[in-house]
Amino acid sequence: MLYREAGDFKTTYAKDSQTFPIKADRMAYFALLAVAFGVVPFLINDYWANAVFVPFLIYAIAAIGLNILTGYCGQVSLGTGGFMAVGAYACYKLMTAFPEVPVLLHVLLAGGVTAGVGVLFGLPSLRIKGFYLAVATLAAQFFLVWLFNKVPWFYNYSASGQITAPERSMFGIAVTGANTPAWAKYLFCLVILVALAWLARNLTRGMVGRKWMAIRDMDIAAEIIGVNPLTTKLSAFAISSFFIGVSGALFFAVYLGAAEVGEAFGIQKSFLILFMIIIGGLGSMFGSFAGAAFLVLLPVFLKNVLVGGLGWPTDLAAHIELMIVGGLIITFLILEPHGLAQLWRVAKEKLRLWPFPH
Amino acid sequence: MSAEGYTTADGRKIGGVLMEMKNITLRFGGVKAITDISFDIREGEIRAIIGPNGAGKSSMLNVISGFYVPQEGEVWFRGQKRAPMRPYEVARQGIARTFQNIALFEGMTVLDNIMTGRLTLMESGLAAQSLWWGKAQREEVAHREKVEKIIDFLEIQPIRKTPVGRLPYGLKKRVELARALAAEPKLLLLDEPMAGMNVEEKEDMCRFILDVNDEFGTTIALIEHDMGVVMDLSDRVVVMDYGKKIGDGPPDEVRSNPDVIRAYLGVEHA
Repeated sequence: MLYREAGDFKTTYAKDSQTFPIKADRMAYFALLAVAFGVVPFLINDYWANAVFVPFLIYAIAAIGLNILTGYCGQVSLGTGGFMAVGAYACYKLMTAFPEVPVLLHVLLAGGVTAGVGVLFGLPSLRIKGFYLAVATLAAQFFLVWLFNKVPWFYNYSASGQITAPERSMFGIAVTGANTPAWAKYLFCLVILVALAWLARNLTRGMVGRKWMAIRDMDIAAEIIGVNPLTTKLSAFAISSFFIGVSGALFFAVYLGAAEVGEAFGIQKSFLILFMIIIGGLGSMFGSFAGAAFLVLLPVFLKNVLVGGLGWPTDLAAHIELMIVGGLIITFLILEPHGLAQLWRVAKEKLRLWPFPH
Repeated sequence: MSAEGYTTADGRKIGGVLMEMKNITLRFGGVKAITDISFDIREGEIRAIIGPNGAGKSSMLNVISGFYVPQEGEVWFRGQKRAPMRPYEVARQGIARTFQNIALFEGMTVLDNIMTGRLTLMESGLAAQSLWWGKAQREEVAHREKVEKIIDFLEIQPIRKTPVGRLPYGLKKRVELARALAAEPKLLLLDEPMAGMNVEEKEDMCRFILDVNDEFGTTIALIEHDMGVVMDLSDRVVVMDYGKKIGDGPPDEVRSNPDVIRAYLGVEHA
């Protein structure tokens, strides 16, 4: 069977507005879910979990979050690292203060706290736009990192200034701490990612998403048809920050286990996630996943090829790897400024007419 | 003309006053864009505002849609004096508009653009929409049906899934009209709906404006430069020049008004 859109007719509007209007897409999606839940957990080991799957899942959550704010609502943010730190520290404080509460709840509450902080730092967006807003969110980034460094209450007065995730379990299996099995880490992050991605997709295809995009594309016209810029921009900041906070909490509690704020949630993290959505595609759910996969997998792939395949020294490979990743990003932006998602869309449009394009 | 309305030459019944502008004066610093202008718009009417460049027509429309707050004067809408409000609050009162230089959402599809027009009519909240279940989904489908009717009406079915940024100018104008219509406005403001169009596109647009007025009973206020169009379409015309009102009445009356002739053709110097 060919992968194509032609001949796939819709008879109701509900069917026409579903997430995957093309039948082959829908089947691929369910197949992917089946593999992700039914096959991968049995095969995964520590290397694959820590190098590939867990970071990909966590960055995908953050990328969806930033894509809601920047890609859909058009508000540029360089504060992603800072908001991830808020999620991480909120999760840490909650985990240590209420050890008996399930850790999933802590992660979600950490997202809620981050949403509040995000709204606070989103207030300037009502007055300033574009680069100036980016600079304002940059201030949030530096302020938040400084705050978590300087106020000992946040890291429970630990001597090292680090936060360390205590062991917490769900259904009797550890999901945080040193004794967590690889598959538990993976499944915990996967469940959260799938649920959040589903929510984000529903928001972006409905009226909430249209309001965000209206503000992005032309704020004056948006206002004239009844979009309240205040609530719309702040809702984008809140929901985006919720996602980023959850990803920060997972990054600290599940992936790293112990974190120092400047190192784990510095400005590089903000840029990394911004690159993910730019390479993946602004304003696209698929783009969030594709961008996260690209920037997580590419370094691992290059390292395996250069060190494992060609036998180069590790330090040389590390430098070359940085140069190749940088070069690829530039190439990508020149060839397809709208990212991987746009490449995918173009391919789909070509397939509509293939093999008779005229 | 009575307070209850009048009957047009082609036999349409025009109702009572929908919107009334009373002694509007708008200043930008020392520049008076509008000086002491009063006029009314009646229910079911096609009302044109004309005048040479810089006469203050667009400023007038911006006052109605809430972008500018006049320094003096009152705006009455549906029998109530309107407090100064933001444009999105005006939209919620049932006033929709199009822009002189198209203000569509270029990154969204035609369908999404028109659906956005219905946002003042949609009720389900953030939580319901995020789950896409029950009422939220039913509402989405119900509004889609209404939007599809407008798409049919304006004959833009083939482009409903096309991103607006890819459309030619004439179609963009039509999509913008569709978005304004989707809001089911009580008053529709059109800022130069025919600007930059060829004769055929103008004829199409005229037909749509007349059909909208006829089928939906929408009151329309429009600004237009093409005199032939204005005189054919509108029931009553306000003529502005240098921010002042120099004429008001049915097209025939306005056409023979000496002040209007002077503003448009200039004064003959002996």
